[in-house]
Amino acid sequence: MRIGVYVCHCGGNISETVDVKAVAAAAEQRPGVVLARDYSHMCSDLGQKLILEDIKEHNLDRVVVAACSPHFQGATFMNVLETGSLSPYVFEMANIREQCAWPHFGEPETATLKSIELTNMAIAKAGLDESLNKKTMPIGKRVLVIGGGIAGIQASLDLADSGFEVHLVEKDPSIGGKMAQLSRTFPTEDCSACILSPKMADVPANPNIELLTYSEIESVEGYLGNFEVTVVRRSTYVDPDLCTACGLCEDACPVKVPSEFEVGLRDRKAIYVPFDFAVPYKYLIDESVCLRLTKGGEVCGLCQKACPKDAIDFSRKSEKIRFTVDTIVVATGYDIFDATEKKVYGYGEYKNVITALEMERMIVNGAAGTPIRPIKGRIGFIQCVGSRDEQVGNEYCSRVCCMYATKLSQLLKRSDPTREVYVFYTDLRAFGKGFEEYYKRAQTDGVKFVRGRVAELLEDPVTKSVTVKVEDTLSRQMIEAEFDLVILSVGLKPNAGTERIAEILKLTKSPDGFLQEAHPKFRPVDTLKEGIFLAGAVQGPKDIPDAVASASAAAARAVRLMNQGEFSLDPVLAYVHEDICDGCSLCVDSCLPGAISISSNVAQINETLCTGCGICIAACPLDAMDLHCYANDQLLAEVEAAISERRDGETRIIVFADDTTTYRLADNVGTGKLSYAPETRIIRVPSGTRATPALMLKALALGIDGVFVGESESKSSPYAGIGPALSRNIEQTRSILREHGIEPERVRAKEFVTIMLGGFVAQLNELTAFAENAGPVSEKKKKALKETLANGLPRAEAQVAQ
Amino acid sequence: MTKIMMITKEGEAFLARIQEISGEAITACDQCGTCSGSCPMASEMDITPSEMIRKTQMGQQDVLSTKAMWLCAACFACTVRCPRGIDLSKIAEALRQISLRQAVDHIDIAGIPAPERARLPQIALVGAMRKFTS
Repeated sequence: MRIGVYVCHCGGNISETVDVKAVAAAAEQRPGVVLARDYSHMCSDLGQKLILEDIKEHNLDRVVVAACSPHFQGATFMNVLETGSLSPYVFEMANIREQCAWPHFGEPETATLKSIELTNMAIAKAGLDESLNKKTMPIGKRVLVIGGGIAGIQASLDLADSGFEVHLVEKDPSIGGKMAQLSRTFPTEDCSACILSPKMADVPANPNIELLTYSEIESVEGYLGNFEVTVVRRSTYVDPDLCTACGLCEDACPVKVPSEFEVGLRDRKAIYVPFDFAVPYKYLIDESVCLRLTKGGEVCGLCQKACPKDAIDFSRKSEKIRFTVDTIVVATGYDIFDATEKKVYGYGEYKNVITALEMERMIVNGAAGTPIRPIKGRIGFIQCVGSRDEQVGNEYCSRVCCMYATKLSQLLKRSDPTREVYVFYTDLRAFGKGFEEYYKRAQTDGVKFVRGRVAELLEDPVTKSVTVKVEDTLSRQMIEAEFDLVILSVGLKPNAGTERIAEILKLTKSPDGFLQEAHPKFRPVDTLKEGIFLAGAVQGPKDIPDAVASASAAAARAVRLMNQGEFSLDPVLAYVHEDICDGCSLCVDSCLPGAISISSNVAQINETLCTGCGICIAACPLDAMDLHCYANDQLLAEVEAAISERRDGETRIIVFADDTTTYRLADNVGTGKLSYAPETRIIRVPSGTRATPALMLKALALGIDGVFVGESESKSSPYAGIGPALSRNIEQTRSILREHGIEPERVRAKEFVTIMLGGFVAQLNELTAFAENAGPVSEKKKKALKETLANGLPRAEAQVAQ
Repeated sequence: MTKIMMITKEGEAFLARIQEISGEAITACDQCGTCSGSCPMASEMDITPSEMIRKTQMGQQDVLSTKAMWLCAACFACTVRCPRGIDLSKIAEALRQISLRQAVDHIDIAGIPAPERARLPQIALVGAMRKFTS
């Protein structure tokens, strides 16, 4: 083993507090170290060259840099190793800037001692580093897009235009989604159908898109690069290749039912085209109402007789279509809130209370010269129907209602200025580009905005006009006024299709019921399932530009994975000591992403699914599981090195800091020059659950006085649902400590977010103070604990931990 | 004062009339309160300038029996500061015009004893009949 150690001055940032020469001198004494140097700026060009030359000249096979946080310059040095033909994973960093020089800047001696030990820890770990390389997996260029609304269309077109093979699956007979139903779009007042229909037409015209309408996802199995999809394509009973959409069948059909597209305001026939710019523009038969298909035999059949192309075939069956894709974009959209749930507004009972979507259709039909009914008199809009209302279980704001009401109200006012139009709002949110200007225009055009949530509506049984009861909260006066028409600005909610897809793809939902993104700030279109992305309102209420932007983002994220023909996996992956594993399958149950299976009595890791959290290691009663880059022996070597320079009577606390949050939080604490107990030694782990009960107990048996585990608060954790496993680990460790008469409070855990600087400092100081008061664990108890560990933790305990 | 505010055709016509006379889009007011905060006379008024606008927006004709518009000194502090660019002094003037055209006599000249009436200057009598102030 030939380790090179480099201690950085960081231009004084480190060397003004830490005696860097002493750190290098101490490092040189450690086993395996062939040289140790200090240098002013290790990350500079010259510093990097220094390492490169040493690798060549001294045949280094491991490199340790004692400098800043690995989150700061780690990647730089890993690249240096690659340039020097070493694996980037035979590299360790000792974070002596954020963890020594900065938090302990007033105490050079303490900071130097801590730096020496941190460097020793890094050397110890490096000695056990494996020469790993990033794993690459082949990946194809096939994408499944679920949902053919504007988000699904945008994602499909972006992907297809980038040369990827798209399967677009839409449950309705036409693509277009909700946008197709709208009159105009805010704030530009573009005709919605006019701007959408060319995009819809682009879909079947694109040779890279296979469009499957009237189709639903039945199942999806597999993982990134290998999703096996089964789609059920419902029968339309019309041969699309023969149908010319002449319409003779529709004229002949005797069955009339409310049109879904016209939200029931108009009728359609049992054989129909969904709307006049539907894609595909082909007739289909609604089997739930068709006389022939419901009654059987030779009933009716008028359409078949009328069809000049003989395109209608009542025996056509639905079909199952199977294909494999590499990535998936979910764009299943939203539904509008069911206004009948808000009983005080009498929707469905009162003749003159309608939803905004109905008003959209009334405006479109009116503009086309076929009004559904006259719109006259005093009109009122009620905002936040089904949004920001815990009475109906929706806490969230639907984000679009303020602006669509602003749009509809001024379209109504402008087309007939004698109409009096009122908008009753709770807060008016005009946050987007051009929105405030558009809102002012509505006000200037004479739409009256009244701040107050309408308490109830009452219908006059004779005139059918509606009395609105509301407080004008600006003038603190009650209003009771008669309106000829009241429009409910209904909110957006997750739809039934999303529920189903979430179940099939095993995606998590946020508390509002929409699908959860991997990170609210930095991974807003990713899901926690690798290779599955979210586009549009399936992730949360969105207006059209936001839905389109998120769809393009989802497409770009999918391209990022597929474009190279292979994708690389971090080698931080679980592995199995096959000679030890007895196939008990406790690990299988513990694994959150479902990456482990048992085959011929040995656990197998699916490396594509494994997230490298380490949860399975604690679950294994035989110590057969381990994790690359954070192996059991490596972490234990770090623990041993953490007391390498300990002087008599000194306390040592090990902090297992999860890499996502706690480690970065410690960096933030250092950057903020906040001091905390210098007795703490931070060990970086992928997640808090990597600190197994066995590891924590071994640390205490070795003479560590306290163990602290830091984990990401669940919302910001990349490993969803890890909390319970962490608690179980802590509980199991504490119960074994109790059995040995050791204070269980020596082991603690806490969930953090990266800004909880004060909380972090307080937690570490508290534990250190507790350990100091309690004094060291007696030799006798340590010996007993060692014996227990040597026999292995009882399997029963491990099962309890499940 | 009643807590019920009626929305009536007459009230809506009243608003339209004030908008017509002032030439200002009164419905564009956001009720932010900048005008009241800027008005040097607000502390002396029975309702604040923004309240005067709110009543007008909602077609509440009792705004005509408030004193605020008469205390407006047309200093334009509200007008230069309004984030929506509304000229409040024009609205106050429109309200005064409507009020004046109602030709309400604020004093009963016949009820003033003759000797005193003889001592009052003609201009004071005319002014007092037309306005609360000046």
